Amino acid sequence: MGRYTLRRLLQMIPVFIGSTFLIFFMVYALGDPVAALFGDKAPDPATAARIRKDLYLDEPLWRQYLHYMGQIFSGHFGTAFNGRPVTELMASAFPVTLRLTLVAVVFEMALGITLGVLSGLRRGRGLDTSVLLLTLVVVSVPTFVSGTVLQYLFGVSWGWARPSVSPEAPLGELLLPGVVLGLVSLAYTTRLTRTSIVENARADYVRTAVAKGLPRHRIVTRHLLRNSLIPVVTFIGTDIGALMGGAIVTERIFNIHGVGYQLYQGILRQNSPTVVGFVTILVIVFLLANLLVDLLYAVLDPRIRYA
Amino acid sequence: MRRGVPYSLRVRRTLSVLCVSAVALPLTACGGGDGGAEPGVIRSSWGDPPNPLEPANTNDVQGGKVLDMIFRGLKRYDPRTGEAKNALADRIESSDQRNYTITLKKGRRFANGEKVTAASFVDAWNYGARIDHQQRNAYFFEYIEGYDKVHPASGGAPTAKTLSGLRVKDERTFTVRLTQKFSTWPKTLGYNAYVPLPRAFFEDHAAWLNKPIGNGPYRVRSYTKGSVMKLRAWEGYPGPDKARNKGVDLRVYTDNNTAYTDLQAGNLDLVDDVPAQQLKFVRSDLGDRYLNQPAGIIQTLTFPMYDRAWSGPAKAGLRRGISMAINRAQITERIFHGTRTPATDWTSPVLRHQGGYRPGLCGGACRYDPVRARKLIKAAGGLPGGRMTITYNADTGSHKDWVDAVCNSVNTVLRSDRACVGRPVGTFADYRNKMAGKKMTGPFRAGWQMDYPLIQNFLQPLYYTGASSNDGHFSDTGFDRLVNQANAASADGPAIAGFQDAEKILAAQMPAIPLWYQNGSAGYSRRLSQVALNQFSVPVYAQIRVG
Repeated sequence: MGRYTLRRLLQMIPVFIGSTFLIFFMVYALGDPVAALFGDKAPDPATAARIRKDLYLDEPLWRQYLHYMGQIFSGHFGTAFNGRPVTELMASAFPVTLRLTLVAVVFEMALGITLGVLSGLRRGRGLDTSVLLLTLVVVSVPTFVSGTVLQYLFGVSWGWARPSVSPEAPLGELLLPGVVLGLVSLAYTTRLTRTSIVENARADYVRTAVAKGLPRHRIVTRHLLRNSLIPVVTFIGTDIGALMGGAIVTERIFNIHGVGYQLYQGILRQNSPTVVGFVTILVIVFLLANLLVDLLYAVLDPRIRYA
Repeated sequence: MRRGVPYSLRVRRTLSVLCVSAVALPLTACGGGDGGAEPGVIRSSWGDPPNPLEPANTNDVQGGKVLDMIFRGLKRYDPRTGEAKNALADRIESSDQRNYTITLKKGRRFANGEKVTAASFVDAWNYGARIDHQQRNAYFFEYIEGYDKVHPASGGAPTAKTLSGLRVKDERTFTVRLTQKFSTWPKTLGYNAYVPLPRAFFEDHAAWLNKPIGNGPYRVRSYTKGSVMKLRAWEGYPGPDKARNKGVDLRVYTDNNTAYTDLQAGNLDLVDDVPAQQLKFVRSDLGDRYLNQPAGIIQTLTFPMYDRAWSGPAKAGLRRGISMAINRAQITERIFHGTRTPATDWTSPVLRHQGGYRPGLCGGACRYDPVRARKLIKAAGGLPGGRMTITYNADTGSHKDWVDAVCNSVNTVLRSDRACVGRPVGTFADYRNKMAGKKMTGPFRAGWQMDYPLIQNFLQPLYYTGASSNDGHFSDTGFDRLVNQANAASADGPAIAGFQDAEKILAAQMPAIPLWYQNGSAGYSRRLSQVALNQFSVPVYAQIRVG
């Protein structure tokens, strides 16, 4: 297990370098960002040249990249155009999005797995069909629609929640946005769990457990669910990274100043330090979540062992 | 389903469970409604300023909003008429329109107690002009003598540290020598780049940026970058325009739709940008609490005068013909829901008649006339290559809608589906680079937001040979001569008349087609009264009353 983990950690290095370079290259390819700093007015060439020099934008791409990576390894993520260090932006944005993701994941796990188990055990019956229909609806409604509709209903019409989240973004205010963010994944979790339960319900070890005369809840939770969770855990693991990066829409609707917001601003203003810095962290989150998922396999299914 | 329990009640029950389960956490969500309104304080929407908040470095509306609250300069534009009135200036005198002597009013202070002196201005201007400080608004000092020394056009090292044209005479007097005659120069001094700065700005710059100190009716209480700035009325403010409310909380919104929703839910008092999607409903939502009034912004279609296919007096007929092929009235009504007004000159209604706005100056060239448009374009040999594109940036401002509409209008007039198409450019930065690199192959969208309500500001920076924002690279000796004459005039009347004569050259040559004047829009809650927008479409915060 230890060697396996170490090998996986070492594998992350080339992935990390490759992905940061790709992002760097893509932001760079968008063109010279300095011109946009001056708004609708034409930039003064002398000032623009000075800013370009200060930001290393007058160097060729590979030198910019080396300079940037050198900075990262000394813990400095560069400066956004409005003069704030990117690390400061991260410190304010990541905790907020982390809380939001947490709400979304807890919501999709709790509700999704419950619904999936219930409909899987009652395959083909009324509950199963209605859950399937419901998930179909949820999957087909895009986040910006469900977000604005729920925001309007809860925030304006009924006045039960604030339509926007305050800068401190306490957990309570993140409930509604978290649910919106988790909705689509909820549908997938439900369907995955259901299919997996249906498949495993006929497995030999379940039949053995039934034959042994174990109580039904014990069969379901200890035997059936534990093995059925493997694809679900895989999905949720990758979903954590996707949710953090994909919160752009939800964060915009509910005015949450998290990772999505900073990424959006960074892209709009073509601020490569912001974009690359944030995506770098997201890449690390993604890689770690994947590693965690792989390690969890062994916990869930004793037949899986890592050398 | 159980009967008898109304749907909404059940949802309410479910929700109250959610709320109870979250009580242990820091929670303000389940109440809804007031959103923490402090008595007497306005909660207003804000956008994150793209540049650090320094007077000479702030060129956007959002940053300008703050500077307007915490600073007062030599002049201030009357929010109603746009007239430049003395604020800190007691007198600004000149006998030759080139050498100015400025005397300050007595007893003005910064919020930290420091006196506002002549040096507060001279130091601030020297700071703003110097290239080492990379201030976005440095070019506002270009008319002051010595600018080329502190801000060499090459971008190299400056040969002087201060502007030679600035001299402190005594505590309340300083002199300015300009590089050319510029009769309306004193009226430009209401712009934010010209405000005075306290010593604290130079001594501890980082601390100042975290909590700016100015000399206006408001003081910054706290500033959480990227999310909220809390401003409170400064009790000791010595000026006549004291704040009539206790303060303003500026909250950053990433999407103006959310701000509008918050206004409806009672969490916000003022939005100064009603989103386009809501324009249809805004009257029924807000009634009288919706403002829609002219701002100093004009949109144009500018021609690349460096491209032989479009340039020269020979093609003037073609350019005028295209202008006549655009049905401005229909587009402003259908696409902008009346928040823009068809343009008939190159300035803005906010200048008013006294300031040089002359509706109809463009004449027939700005009137929709399909028959004459077709004739003119045909007489000029048709569109170059049989077709034209309108270039715009696709990332912000939803320009696609109106560009397509303009092209539609041209296509209908020319009876061809493919005569005109929009040509989107991915990002604004790329768009600006194409403009700077003279890579436009047809007309492109241009917008101009005035720096100060003067006719000079709508003409000289845009159409004077080699001027800073002359993106079409238009050059006409007659136009330049008239602008120079107007700048040298000793009185307002002849100066404005001179600029209007220059504008007539634009009408004949049509290097840029005026499309429409843009309005500012705002909506506010029942808590507020006396809300008004100034000519820059920024709310006049100090005059708003709460409760």
